[in-house]
Amino acid sequence: MNETILLAILTIITAATPLVFAAIGELVVEKSGVLNLGVEGMMLVGAVSSFTAVHVTGSATLGVLAGMFAGVMLALIFAFLTLNLQSSQVATGLALTIFGVGVSALIGQPLIGVAYEGLPNVQIPVLSQIPVLGRILFSHDILVYCSIALVIAVSWFLRRTRAGLILRAVGDSHDAAHALGYPVIRVRYLATMFGGGCAGLAGAYLSMAYAPMWVENMSAGRGWIALALVVFASWQPSRVLFGAYLFGGISILQLHAQASGTINIPSQLMSMLPYLATIIVLVLISRDHGKIRRNAPASIGKAFHPTT
Amino acid sequence: MISLQPRAMPSKLMGYLAPVIALCLTLLSGLVLFAILGVPVGQAFHAFFIEPISTLYGLSELGVKAAPLILIAVGLSIGFRAQVWNIGAEGQLILGGIFGGAVALYFYEIDAWYVMPLMMMAGVIGGMLWAAIPALLKTHFNANEILTSLMLTYVAGLLLSFLVHGALRDPDGYNFPESRLFHDAALLPIVMEGTRLHIGAIIALFVVVAGWVLLSRTMLGFALKVNGAAPRAGAYAGFGQKRLIWFSLLLTGGLAGLAGLFEVAGPIGQLLPTISPGYGFTAIIVAFLGRLHPVGVLFAGLIMALSYLGGESAQITLNLPVAVTGVFQGLLLFFLLAADVLINFKIVRKARGQL
Repeated sequence: MNETILLAILTIITAATPLVFAAIGELVVEKSGVLNLGVEGMMLVGAVSSFTAVHVTGSATLGVLAGMFAGVMLALIFAFLTLNLQSSQVATGLALTIFGVGVSALIGQPLIGVAYEGLPNVQIPVLSQIPVLGRILFSHDILVYCSIALVIAVSWFLRRTRAGLILRAVGDSHDAAHALGYPVIRVRYLATMFGGGCAGLAGAYLSMAYAPMWVENMSAGRGWIALALVVFASWQPSRVLFGAYLFGGISILQLHAQASGTINIPSQLMSMLPYLATIIVLVLISRDHGKIRRNAPASIGKAFHPTT
Repeated sequence: MISLQPRAMPSKLMGYLAPVIALCLTLLSGLVLFAILGVPVGQAFHAFFIEPISTLYGLSELGVKAAPLILIAVGLSIGFRAQVWNIGAEGQLILGGIFGGAVALYFYEIDAWYVMPLMMMAGVIGGMLWAAIPALLKTHFNANEILTSLMLTYVAGLLLSFLVHGALRDPDGYNFPESRLFHDAALLPIVMEGTRLHIGAIIALFVVVAGWVLLSRTMLGFALKVNGAAPRAGAYAGFGQKRLIWFSLLLTGGLAGLAGLFEVAGPIGQLLPTISPGYGFTAIIVAFLGRLHPVGVLFAGLIMALSYLGGESAQITLNLPVAVTGVFQGLLLFFLLAADVLINFKIVRKARGQL
């Protein structure tokens, strides 16, 4: 196979992976009835934290953990404000993003221009030796495999486990779930923290594997695209995977077209593609009111207070 | 154990007190932040909050920064009341700058009275057109306006970059990505000699008054208040959800476009790849801090303008990163949202074991 096409496919996978992490996390959050618009902010803080940790300790594992930890911390702020103090989820999510952009820029100031070699690839024995397919499927960094495993795990969790059923019940009708004795607030706390960890991991992937470096605002709207992907996926994990790879594909093809110079369209117009595609996809999915209503968690975005 | 007990009626007093509490908490955490960053707290505090407004010029700069924030936030506060979450005002601002700037460049070196009014009209139209896209997608295809308006902000930024690298680039500018400097007829009249305070600040004040009249004296203002609480009642009053979506988005878009035109025809004086330090996003905080009320927005806009000036001043005198401003803005919104709990809830102490 042509080497450039092979490389393009490999970069599509690295471009899609952060979207997979961020969107699958947000999917779980939304399934529990919480809409956290702060994905972009959590991603950025995750990215800068993991890069800082890697820079200081030299350990990639600690870097990934630091990114996840930072995401969880930001998610906890969101959870406390919305779940305990009953603040508006939309407004609080926006605040989280504004805060995250600022904090990450502040922390990242000394990291600009610092180099990192990126995560090593894990060659799966034997399988990675298969010509072509081996390189496409079985020689990636460890987080790529993790992202696929995570989607399968979340899908299994939501469909097959009791805890997943409770989480969905809380998201569909918090009042009924509360009446049945399920701890609505605790479930939502856990789901929100999971989403924060995933967003942090997405950020870690950006700064440690995709880029790998720290640039201010480096997520460039991927947190928001992840939010749109959840809608696009009709809240189904397997479709999140499909959507993320579709968007990874669009952004990489656009980059390759710019670099190769075969298509004579100014780079700025090409760079609009992922954002325009997001809008188009949202429109195509949302126009069917009934479909959205059937698939969206019924209590999404609504405040819950046990005594009301 | 502390717990929250719903109030029978939302507390009006707390509605006014919450922003004050939030500001105090932000100042306190600012002190902590300065201490963590290792700068002398007193000095940082002075550089951030006192120094920028200790001169007449500083005060005029406060007006320069507050004008776009107030313009946009008045529109947003009306939209947010109707639960229309336009968070793409930044993009609408950019389009206003592009449209208005294009008019200025088209009439380059034509010294006529009509150039500026045309630019203003173009700015408003540019912002409205950009806001009309999420409105159309929301009303016809049910697409979430938060995501569409935000995606369009990224598109707007790229469009501006494309134009200043190409069609609108200064032909004698050695290929730098910027337009020609606007000539005098395309620059906003200055209100105060020796400063950058332009007529846009006065117009922002008019918009505050107009917004206040709209909310308190018109049927539409009433419908906006009702709609947030009871959309069906609003529909009976003749203001269906769709009309409110269109109205809110076009209003905010127009005002943001005007703000964008004021930026390029005021402090900047040409088209650059970046024409706003995030006014469209900060205006969201301004709208909430101002209690979604035009008069409140006026004060909140001045406060947030100070956070920009403070960030710049602290950068110059103490070498602090400008990003501190963003941290402060985010913290302020967090504290405000937290303090708002007091509007609808009372904090009560309960003995342990009691339900």
